[in-house]
Amino acid sequence: MMLIRYLSQIGRYFLMLKEIFNKQTKWPVMRNLIFKEIDDLIIDSLGIVCFISFFVGGVVAIQTALNLTNPLIPKYLIGFATRQSVILEFAPTFISVIMAGKMGSFITSSIGTMRVTEQIDALEVMGVNSLNYLVFPKIIALLLYPFVIGISMFLGIFGGWLAGVYGGFTTSAAFIDGAQMEFIPFHIVYAFIKTLIFAMLLATIPSFHGYYMKGGALEVGKASTVSFVWTSVSIILFNYILTQLLLGS
Amino acid sequence: MIEVKNLEKSFGDSKVLKGVSTVFETGKTNLIIGQSGSGKTVLLKSLLGIHIPDSGTIEFDGRVYADLDPDEKRELRTEIGMVFQGSALFDSMTVEENVAFPLKMFTNDNRAKIKERVDFVLERVNLVDAHRKLPSEISGGMQKRVAIARAIVNNPKYLFCDEPNSGLDPNTSTLIDNLIQEITKEYNITTVINTHDMNSVMEIGENIVFLKKGLKAWQGTKEEIFRTDNKDIVKFVYSSNLFKKVREAYLREG
Repeated sequence: MMLIRYLSQIGRYFLMLKEIFNKQTKWPVMRNLIFKEIDDLIIDSLGIVCFISFFVGGVVAIQTALNLTNPLIPKYLIGFATRQSVILEFAPTFISVIMAGKMGSFITSSIGTMRVTEQIDALEVMGVNSLNYLVFPKIIALLLYPFVIGISMFLGIFGGWLAGVYGGFTTSAAFIDGAQMEFIPFHIVYAFIKTLIFAMLLATIPSFHGYYMKGGALEVGKASTVSFVWTSVSIILFNYILTQLLLGS
Repeated sequence: MIEVKNLEKSFGDSKVLKGVSTVFETGKTNLIIGQSGSGKTVLLKSLLGIHIPDSGTIEFDGRVYADLDPDEKRELRTEIGMVFQGSALFDSMTVEENVAFPLKMFTNDNRAKIKERVDFVLERVNLVDAHRKLPSEISGGMQKRVAIARAIVNNPKYLFCDEPNSGLDPNTSTLIDNLIQEITKEYNITTVINTHDMNSVMEIGENIVFLKKGLKAWQGTKEEIFRTDNKDIVKFVYSSNLFKKVREAYLREG
């Protein structure tokens, strides 16, 4: 019974995706909506992303340094480990899980409130494709999400360098050597492919939970929680699948 | 004119509309009344296309809604204005932006023309100094007037109102009722109002449809409602002593 319910929800999600791209809203209106979403979703997230990336990058460097107890292991590995952790997993995946909470709950609660207060019904009655009007600009705005992750990567490594060097764990030259060592450009491509897929999940799963919610203010809160859980689960699951597909072979 | 024929709608095992047939006339304020759970809201939402009926037809001036293709349905919806119970104003937009919304979406008018039309309808609903305010910054009565302005800004052929007086004081309720009736006459719109408010029935009830348990139990005008012997409607409308006395006075004085 539960399985049927989940399958039916997944089917409904894909039908929603199809509807998002039907009957486009007029471009002058859509353009303004896209700018508003860029402001709400991308610009407003930069502060928290920068803060977390900088300090977690620092912690990764310190933890690596503290675990390198064998004197035969060179200190440049601190830079190497920080770069690999930040580029491959921390920036694309864990920032996205954090964004599932920050952006996702914002999207679900704003669309859910529109549902509860009949604003979505008002759009439909006017003849507006409400899914296109509400969700499409979020998808387009989140095409800029890789830039956020790019900033996160830079600040994560920078935080690692600062903590490593000024914490007395390594020298600047050793850290930079390590950070440049055996660099595989495809890892960046892999990270940005993941980021784009996660951006799509971040835009659509919370929208789905907000759009199809029923009830009142309490249910808006519940929908935000459920949306965070499912967005996080989807990100972790897709992370595994994409890693297997792109790096596993 | 909107013609409803044998409309039926169920939710699970519960049959909410059991074959409702009626006509909502153009240029008149058509009221749907009935107790909670009688099917009023389901009937209104079926007319709006929010609920899809199980059987029966809805005709908008000869156009059968179910037979229209998706583009024609969207086209028809641009001819509809709706005033929701809670106003349903877009809370991120100012009053002016809310009213301009249908024009921006469905016309190619330039900014000046849109501004002119928005100013005109806001003045028509007696709101001249709230343009830049957000819905949260104005009273419930003002929100209803903005909702009416938004509903009529695109010159709709059909105007639907769901409980337009709910949460308003008697004075503001009467103002809203009169405004809707004036607009209906002025623009020759087919107006359908879903209401519980007996004051509205007495004020603007030009064609009243009374629903009981999903069936049309009575239909008539506000004058006929005084003279009817239909037990269901008498029980519903004259449940308050005030209206009983009004009816007695009306019948006494002929």
